[in-house]
Amino acid sequence: MDQLPAIARVFGYLSLLTVGGGMAAFPEMKSLVVDVHHWLSYPQLIHVYSVGQMAPGPNMMMVAAVGERVSGLSGAAIAALAFFVPTGLLTFGVGRIWNRLANWPWRTSIQLGLAPVAIGLAVAGTVTLGKGAITNWVTVGVALAVFIGTLRTKINPALLILCGAVVGAIALR
Amino acid sequence: MSESVKPSAAAPAVASKEVPPVLDVFLTFLIIGATSFGGAVVAYLRSSLVGKKKWLDDTHFLELMSISNTLPGLNATNMSILVGDRLRGTVGAAAALIGMCLPGFIFMTVAGIMYGENGDRPIVTAMLKGVAAAAVGLISATWFQIGKKSVKGFYDAFFILAAVLAVNHFKVSVPIVLIGVGALAIFTNRPGKQRQKEALSEWISSLR
Repeated sequence: MDQLPAIARVFGYLSLLTVGGGMAAFPEMKSLVVDVHHWLSYPQLIHVYSVGQMAPGPNMMMVAAVGERVSGLSGAAIAALAFFVPTGLLTFGVGRIWNRLANWPWRTSIQLGLAPVAIGLAVAGTVTLGKGAITNWVTVGVALAVFIGTLRTKINPALLILCGAVVGAIALR
Repeated sequence: MSESVKPSAAAPAVASKEVPPVLDVFLTFLIIGATSFGGAVVAYLRSSLVGKKKWLDDTHFLELMSISNTLPGLNATNMSILVGDRLRGTVGAAAALIGMCLPGFIFMTVAGIMYGENGDRPIVTAMLKGVAAAAVGLISATWFQIGKKSVKGFYDAFFILAAVLAVNHFKVSVPIVLIGVGALAIFTNRPGKQRQKEALSEWISSLR
């Protein structure tokens, strides 16, 4: 129970970094969840994050699983609320005044400027995740196969990830 | 509140005349929240909201996507809030957000419990290693597609590279990169630049 305020702080803070998507927050999540609070080991965080890619809906709902590991059901609820409500309120507010900003010339500048930065942060997050997850030739093969499968076919991505689990069970023990 | 907004680019979204019941908004987002996988939520949203329900037209959908992308928060939840607000005001935004999040929340909470009970078993660890490698492939593919569509010219490539190097090589923390590189990138696109309007509409149409 005593961890709940820390869970709220960490995930509330991380949510503010998710410009353009959740991946941008991954490097900072690693440092807070693993190095600062010792809630999970790094391999555990990678596992939970990856399982989160199979979950339906928003692909960062894995924060609920981290909260659950730290503090049970209340931890899961607090993590999800802290992660989704503050940015939600911001979006709600900006959405309401968006039209009034139409003639503010910096609105266009902000949109154009942040677009590549968001991609860069997502790539940086993916590199951080990849350094932890790609450890040998089998994992290189799985990642490449899923990369190509996603770009070239219309297979449900959750199924591709399940195939990764099967390959792992056979070849990564 | 939303009823009083003057009709313009991002105002009354309802393409059909009647306003959908809040329950309908909730259930629509609940279904999307339960059936969209692998970060492909945007495609599901578009086919449901623009295609099936006709609550938004395509231009409007892209306008909302461009707001979603610029603000912190995930596209899935930001879009739920923006669309829910335009359909049914504050209650609609809350209903859409809860509907979008509920299935994944239950899934990941159960996953956390099961991981706690079985995460140490060798077979589970082996499977999760495979899952993690697959996730890297999936996420890379998603960003490869987005990058291919939306990177135009030297500055875009430069800012992507600057963010990646700052985080991964120079170990600068993400908020500092976001503020530092973000401010530089916004300044580079400052008002008064000639092609600003075309560049924006190009970027917005790449969000599809």
